[in-house]
Amino acid sequence: MKALAAAVLLFCAALAGRPAAVNDAAITGDTLPGKLSDYGFFTDLVGETPAARVIGYDLETPLFSDYAAKHRYLYVPAGKTARYDAEAAFDLPVGSALIKTFGYRQAGKFRPLETRLLLRRAGGWVALPYVWNAEGTDAVLKRAGTRIPVTFTDPAGEARTISYAVPNQNQCKDCHALSGAIAPIGIKTRYLNHNGQLEKLIVADMLDRLPRDAPRIARWDDPAAKLDDRARAYLEINCAHCHNPAGAASNSGLFLESGRRDPVALGIGKRPVAAGRGSGGRDFAIQPGDPDASVLIYRMESTDPGIAMPELGRATVHQEGVALLRAWIESMPKPAPAR
Amino acid sequence: MPRYWTLAALLAASPAAAQTVTVEAGPDAQERLQAALIEAKPGSTIRIGAGRFELTDGLSLDVDRVTVRGAGPDKTILGFKGQLGTGEGLLVTSDDVVLRDFAVEDSKGDGIKSKGADRIVYKNIRVEWTGGPKETNGAYGVYPVSSTTILIDGVEVKGASDAGIYVGQSEQIVVRNSKVSGNVAGIEIENSRHADVFHNLATGNTGGILVFDMPSLPKMGGGEVRVFENKVIDNNQPNFAPKGNIVATVPAGTGVLIMANDNVHVLRNELSGNATANVMITAYRQSYDDPKFKPVPTRIVVSGNKHGRAGYAPGFPGGDQLAAALGGMIPPVLWDGSGDASSLRVSDGVPVLSMGLKQGAPIETAKPAPVELNGPAVPAPAAVVLPAAMEAAAK
Repeated sequence: MKALAAAVLLFCAALAGRPAAVNDAAITGDTLPGKLSDYGFFTDLVGETPAARVIGYDLETPLFSDYAAKHRYLYVPAGKTARYDAEAAFDLPVGSALIKTFGYRQAGKFRPLETRLLLRRAGGWVALPYVWNAEGTDAVLKRAGTRIPVTFTDPAGEARTISYAVPNQNQCKDCHALSGAIAPIGIKTRYLNHNGQLEKLIVADMLDRLPRDAPRIARWDDPAAKLDDRARAYLEINCAHCHNPAGAASNSGLFLESGRRDPVALGIGKRPVAAGRGSGGRDFAIQPGDPDASVLIYRMESTDPGIAMPELGRATVHQEGVALLRAWIESMPKPAPAR
Repeated sequence: MPRYWTLAALLAASPAAAQTVTVEAGPDAQERLQAALIEAKPGSTIRIGAGRFELTDGLSLDVDRVTVRGAGPDKTILGFKGQLGTGEGLLVTSDDVVLRDFAVEDSKGDGIKSKGADRIVYKNIRVEWTGGPKETNGAYGVYPVSSTTILIDGVEVKGASDAGIYVGQSEQIVVRNSKVSGNVAGIEIENSRHADVFHNLATGNTGGILVFDMPSLPKMGGGEVRVFENKVIDNNQPNFAPKGNIVATVPAGTGVLIMANDNVHVLRNELSGNATANVMITAYRQSYDDPKFKPVPTRIVVSGNKHGRAGYAPGFPGGDQLAAALGGMIPPVLWDGSGDASSLRVSDGVPVLSMGLKQGAPIETAKPAPVELNGPAVPAPAAVVLPAAMEAAAK
């Protein structure tokens, strides 16, 4: 009987000729919905069919997360638009949501592990982690995070088995915080400005404007782009959410936003401050011309939680990212030898 | 009158409103403990039961006005031998938090870190790396940073590969009644202002109590520090800090070390058995690129301290020869010779040795000679007075 009722509902929705609406109350309300399906972001959660005003996007250079694939969506409620910004993240109106599902391709099929939500409520952003059930039919709220054993094949064809960490709610904020308030990271002009993604948001009436000269970040693995631009894009998206003057690593004095120009703040000739054994016996974050003498490379190449950077969400070494930053440091002129 | 009524009602209501959640040891401790920390309401207490909690990930607290209370530093033990992720054992990022009566053992990174956490109280806490001093131990035991108003009281830290108790880039700091041993630095106050460090025992570290100022950091210009009535004894642990960190340059046998800073007073301490020196005053001696940084110490007063044997095995290049030349022992107070002697005052009635080093010059260029440091007796900074609520929480 229940099944029949559900079928009738679906049929009606199909007849109406438009996808079902997102549950706005779940986003803006003062509750913590227990299931991902409670929000109605997808008319078909398993088949990942987005509801109205839910649009998928990707980042030109993404954060590395243990080779997981990420499916990102933006929702902006009807009658409202995101406000364009050339530098900072889009200013998203109350009722908006960012939806990011992490998973791996297994046996030719994307298997979702977790979905992280950023909900724009009246009081600010709320970050919530949802963990998918074994059947892959829905995800449940896990505020304390969890660990999931995962086996996958990396781009080099190597099989890897890791303990995949779903962040807890506080850890969401560790990365997504500016001066103590939760803030989105990736939804910036320069990271979305490719493949007509921003134009699509304009057409959907979800973004207020798009100047002709909207900036664009380099793709970290684009062989045609300049090495410096690729490295700086990689550092920004992987490190600068903490390593900025308002971020979790503000006390380090190491600031890695793509616009930063001061060489010492970027780590060039900068001594470690509170690195502990993260220094690996090296004197500087970046020793120009010498990746092996650079703390930055040492910490990227480690998976030891007392050494590894970033601190969260990385149980494997990103070989391709390390290779990029090695080449970048290698390309810097070596300092003149001390007299 | 109505106003008084409101206040009375609030006072009457508050004990009932203060919620206590208890988490006992057992299966799924990670998730239960972390969930309690996330779901805590402002003003509530999380009690952690006696026993060992074996954890796989660092814990974190981001709710204001929460007390986390164990059954005692030898009874409630958060163990991180099997830690798989995150840099520290416990991270606090909210204000008015009280941490007391529990232990953190063997975290892969720092023990307990609090950042931007104002008015935090660390009381009767133990942080320990149980395998003894090792380079692979975490860096800091307790690590408040970028915060205003900090109380560390009755804390014990053993085995930190950097500093046992480290306070960085902060203001209004009290570190008292604590015991640090087997760390590289026992207590370190870095790039901070207004600190009182007193009634502590620092023994068996590489360096006992350090007051540092470092370049290229968001907060610089450390000073207004009083280090008084501590016991700083036998700090002769060979340095086991990973190279690259500033404390890796601290010679074994260091009692109290002041590097850069302004207006630091070392008063009435008991200093003995420190093989290099009981007190060292030095400039920041490494190369740096920061025009805003002031590398030399100013307005330093060392007075009323009781000196035991010191300087019998100086832990710097050429130290042995120097000690031999001076009859087997160098003076218990050392100054590197950089900066303005007239800004420094040592009135302990013991000799002082200047290394005669120019600012930034290598130790090989030292021209050691006795020196008298008779700078003005500038008044000591006013005592750091903490809010009554913090003192009450530390009772």
